[in-house]
Amino acid sequence: MTAQADVGYHARQHARWHWSEIAFWLLALSCAFLFPSRYLIMTDIVRLALFALSLDLILGYAGIVSLGHAAFFGVGAYSAGLLALHGIIAEPVVALVVAGLVATVVGFLTSFLVIRGVDLTRLMVTLGIALLLEALAERFSNITGGTDGLQGIEMQPILGLFAFDMFGKVGFFYCLAVLFALFLLARRIVHSPFGLSLRAIRNNPLRAAAIGIPVNRRLIAIYTLASFYAGIAGALFTQTTALASLDVFSFERSADLMLVLVIGGAGYLYGGLIGAVVFKMLQEVFSTITPQYWQFWIGLVLVVIVLVGRQRMHRWALWAPNLIIRQLGGRKTIVAVPESDAP
Amino acid sequence: MTTLFTILFDGVAYGMLLFVLACGLAVTLGLMNFVNLAHGAFAMTGGYVCAVLVNRSGWPFFAALPLAFVASALIGAVLERSLYRHLYSRSHLDQVLFSVGLVFMSVAAVDYIMGSSRIFIKLPAALEGQIDFFGVGIGRYRLMIIVICGLLTAALQLVLARTRFGSRLRAAVDDPRAASGLGINVPQVFAFTFAFGCGLAGLGGALSAEILGLDPYFPLKFMIYFLIVVTVGGSSSITGPFLASLLLGIGDVAGKYYVPKLGPFVIYTIMIVILIWRPNGLFGRAAAR
Repeated sequence: MTAQADVGYHARQHARWHWSEIAFWLLALSCAFLFPSRYLIMTDIVRLALFALSLDLILGYAGIVSLGHAAFFGVGAYSAGLLALHGIIAEPVVALVVAGLVATVVGFLTSFLVIRGVDLTRLMVTLGIALLLEALAERFSNITGGTDGLQGIEMQPILGLFAFDMFGKVGFFYCLAVLFALFLLARRIVHSPFGLSLRAIRNNPLRAAAIGIPVNRRLIAIYTLASFYAGIAGALFTQTTALASLDVFSFERSADLMLVLVIGGAGYLYGGLIGAVVFKMLQEVFSTITPQYWQFWIGLVLVVIVLVGRQRMHRWALWAPNLIIRQLGGRKTIVAVPESDAP
Repeated sequence: MTTLFTILFDGVAYGMLLFVLACGLAVTLGLMNFVNLAHGAFAMTGGYVCAVLVNRSGWPFFAALPLAFVASALIGAVLERSLYRHLYSRSHLDQVLFSVGLVFMSVAAVDYIMGSSRIFIKLPAALEGQIDFFGVGIGRYRLMIIVICGLLTAALQLVLARTRFGSRLRAAVDDPRAASGLGINVPQVFAFTFAFGCGLAGLGGALSAEILGLDPYFPLKFMIYFLIVVTVGGSSSITGPFLASLLLGIGDVAGKYYVPKLGPFVIYTIMIVILIWRPNGLFGRAAAR
């Protein structure tokens, strides 16, 4: 474990596709056929998963705590909505990419503000940017529709072939395909030398800089990439719900997102996806118990998670699956407990 | 000219109010380095306690104010002893998650108990209306706020600078290890300070029901304002947050009067610019701890 060659070996070992990952995606695809009546909520989960994946890139891999990640979600959502509403780019996939790129530009410009300063300043600046954009969207209500949001969006068929149906079947496959494509990209990136250098920065920025990693440039790069992902998630939201309103920027959205990632665990990409599933299920359960006050229980979950300790909780959650795998395969545990994200 | 004075006056009242609301946070966040986003929840508690006492039990307003302080301080003390103290040494992410969780819980709980609509506190007749002061209309209620908050600020400054407790607190914040080595009971000092800060927030919440509006979403709506006061003001003394609150109050009132269309846009922009320019706040120390 000490030799340098080992580092490369382990990195490559981790980068290989594991059968459990393939099983995960097959399971996700099979959900489409197992629960044909639940397309809407499953689409919701997939969108949230993509959004959480975006936060995972900066929080789990680069250690940037953001309280305003909804800013890019909102930019993507409004861009996609405006593109479709005014018929500028009618084809959804192209519009999706363009909306993502708009969010990327915003992310790139704001990244210079975010990389400055310590944790607390970052929290404030990210939160401030999201609030600022919300205020802007409210101010320019002639463009954004103000508090009513964008209304009357009509989506054209995807690639001119698949029209969105009212059950959300097409929407679900569309979202899942986008999620999978972007996941592949993210997976490739985090296992590249670039991704490894990000982890070095997260663990200790000073040492990372000492071994020659350009810390600020790497942080700008990953922040910009994450804003692209968030923008795509927002655009998917608008395209599949035909709706964009001011709450895309809301603080609750950013806070919920953190909960999603914390449930799933940050720093191994699947955390956001698993977290999204668990979060939506929790939300369903809570809102059937107390329709109006489900936020109380979400808050309680957050408090309990923090008090129990995120690391410990993940160990508990993974205890049973890991035991089975050890018994069956006689090999090492598959799902590693995500590395500590404490600086 | 008179409008200018009225704006200035209202802004000062607003700023003073913000200071009382946020100065507890200045200690927890600025000095103890604990990101407590749930500070507004304590303010809301005080506001609702006062509202229930005045509107339902018929207490006089001025008798209900101290109780708002006591109730929030008690809740703050209990939470500090049971939950918060475990998290002082944890990462900022944990602290953020925890306090956001508390905010969500408080919002839903108050919504459940008190309903989601805005609540008004019945004010005594002596506080309504305006006094005409050389042609400048001065609201009586705002005048009272300035008086109360001004006295509180002076008292706080005195306590921190002159008393034994003040020097203990400063020592505990500067270097907890050395302070406990000198025989100062650091956790006790922190707990007391935390509870006192929550109490002040509760008092501020009760006072602000008339001006800021009191509903279950209070902690979320004003979270950013409290954070601005602390981060912009810096943490070296109590003067920094005080000046920052006055700036914020006057800026917000003037902004709403002169450029109402921009809304809170101005405030957020100024905050981001200041944080980029001076990450430790306008009046902060050179090096962050």
